[in-house]
Amino acid sequence: MKKLIALLLCVLLCFGMLSGCAGKGSDTIKVGILGCHTGDYAIYGLAVRNGAELYIKQLNEAGGINGKKIELVIYDNKADNAEAVTAFTRMVDDGITALIGDVLTGNTLAVRTEAYKINMPMITASATAAEVTYDDETGTLYSNVFRTCFIDPFQGQKMAEYAAKELGAKKAAILYDTGNDYSIGLKDAFIAKCGELGVEIVNEEGYSSGDVDFRSQLTNIQANEPDVVFAPIYYQDAGLIVTQARDLGIDATFLGGDGWAGVSGYASAEDLEGSLFCSAYASGSTDAIKEFEAAYTAAYGADTLNMFAATAYDAAMVLCNALKTVESSGKKLKPASDEYKQALIDAIRTGSGSVAGITSAGGYTFDEHNNPIKDAVIIEVTGGTEKFKTLY
Amino acid sequence: MDKVKTGGAVYRRLPTGLRYLINTALFALFLITITALADNRVISYSDSKVLMLIAVNIILAVSLNVATGYLGQLPLGHAGFMAVGAYTSALFMRSASAYPGQLMFPLGLILGGLVAALFGLVIGIPALRLKGDYLAIITLGFSEIIRVVILNIDSVLGFKLTFGAASLKNIPTTTTVFNAFLWAGIVCFIIHAMMKSRHGRAILSIRDNEIASESCGISTTFYKTLGFCASAFFAGIAGGLYAGYLGILSPGSFGFMKSIEILVMVVLGGMGSMLGSIIAAVALTALPELLRAFSDYRMVVYSLVLIAMMIFRPEGLMGSYDFSLGGLLERLLNRKSAPLIKEDES
Repeated sequence: MKKLIALLLCVLLCFGMLSGCAGKGSDTIKVGILGCHTGDYAIYGLAVRNGAELYIKQLNEAGGINGKKIELVIYDNKADNAEAVTAFTRMVDDGITALIGDVLTGNTLAVRTEAYKINMPMITASATAAEVTYDDETGTLYSNVFRTCFIDPFQGQKMAEYAAKELGAKKAAILYDTGNDYSIGLKDAFIAKCGELGVEIVNEEGYSSGDVDFRSQLTNIQANEPDVVFAPIYYQDAGLIVTQARDLGIDATFLGGDGWAGVSGYASAEDLEGSLFCSAYASGSTDAIKEFEAAYTAAYGADTLNMFAATAYDAAMVLCNALKTVESSGKKLKPASDEYKQALIDAIRTGSGSVAGITSAGGYTFDEHNNPIKDAVIIEVTGGTEKFKTLY
Repeated sequence: MDKVKTGGAVYRRLPTGLRYLINTALFALFLITITALADNRVISYSDSKVLMLIAVNIILAVSLNVATGYLGQLPLGHAGFMAVGAYTSALFMRSASAYPGQLMFPLGLILGGLVAALFGLVIGIPALRLKGDYLAIITLGFSEIIRVVILNIDSVLGFKLTFGAASLKNIPTTTTVFNAFLWAGIVCFIIHAMMKSRHGRAILSIRDNEIASESCGISTTFYKTLGFCASAFFAGIAGGLYAGYLGILSPGSFGFMKSIEILVMVVLGGMGSMLGSIIAAVALTALPELLRAFSDYRMVVYSLVLIAMMIFRPEGLMGSYDFSLGGLLERLLNRKSAPLIKEDES
């Protein structure tokens, strides 16, 4: 019995070694998909994996790129930095030409440093921290790294603009979570933009992660009678804050970031009525999104269908468009070679304006830090549901 | 060659100097081979990355083995000491980036080790008054405190030191296959020498019977703290190598699960066996990489391997057996069939 089990384990391990040798096609282009498919944040990693895989499957079925198929190398990183780096280097040894990933900001920072050394093109669909593409500590631009999601400060700017121009706000108050980088990033950007647009910040109230009573901060806010209250926080806290604010008689419009998605389950419909938040993606808002959602649900179910599945679908679209440009250039470059990678990076930067992504119908243009310039989706809570209001 | 007369038969003993010489030569040969293979890309780039991680995990497992296997305690906070060493060494390397990295790196590692040992002392003095489960819980608590402090210290200090959840970046990546294994070798040697010394014997006696050793005049509090600090010191060195390997540190990497991961290596290898710790560290680091072919199921397979191991070898891979090359050579020399034994006693 012991020997049998030992033998079985050995066989299992040998399979692992052998499988690396299989499937070496000469007319394929290898693309890596890296992310956390197991662990606490698996929902994001799986969404990215499925979204990108869906597009590439569709493309392969439609004949690939000039007859060449795209072969995916998909590795899990367990949301661990060291594992992410080893998985990435393994992909490089496997001969990938470009990478879609990583998923979490921390892992992406670890991988992008490695990727930058070998100039590996990489597009992340979900790492929102500004320093992923540009490190302001050293002033390094990671020219090989792109993304199809917003950066954190962008949402704060958009909401400030929307409040000033569309809502005509003159006085704004802020309530944010002092222990959360995301919240602080959005808050700082909102304040800076309000300064430019001449909106007065009457209150800047902070609370600690885990607080459930916000009445003292809200009372301070109420005294100044702001037109809008910007709360760049997650949906559970947002629900509590809106409920308590209405109890105190605050009738200002509440604004939030994409952390608000799902807020309608955490406060009553009357309290939330008219609240606005921005997002990269509004479920069912356009025909392209409806089509994507139907295809995604058919292939993977609806459990992991979220914003990042859509941005990953777009990331794959941007990448494949650039691959097509390189393949069609007639230069006959060898996939995974240095010249191919550089050509691909140039193609992503300059040629993505025509890619009508599902979260950015106007194409992808990148600013000087390789961040996409695209419209935010403004979502309004009406009648207890979160409804697409406008592109902004 | 020394000869020891035991009851008429002659037992040939290798001189200690010769033993060390053989071991050093073999280790140097191993280092040169593995460095040459990695430099010439015979070992692929990704495999050399795994090798570095293996060296780091060897140091972690061997150092935890001091506290667990030799001292007989059950600390669950090894990741905390690793974090202290990693951050200390990383901050040092970042500020010393004007100087040649390969010169400053050993300094950074030793500094990381010393600061970790200091934390070991501060934590060990109160914690080692407790035993068993209580010690496990208190060390677990302390290592979580270390992690949370690293996460939040910036807002208390008012300037950026550890960068909290945003990760400490731009650490010079000075860890190579060569220096990772060099340090692993040095750490193994120091621990080996320590355990063979008078202090090491005192530590072992505490594991075997604390009351008896105390009655023999061994200061158990002193030796427990010594063992615990040594364990923390080497964990700090491993942390420094880890920082130089990744180039980026986030407090999330040093959570409770990291401590458990290291403990699993020690238990799987066999408590109190250095060779066991080394083999388990190699196996458990390489296994998830070899299992990549199973994609989503690899963590299940990994767990199954662990369960199978614990069912069929509950005492660990090596039990408490420790390999000694010198001992093996001596046994070969003294085999009945070996002609040397027939030599006349003169």
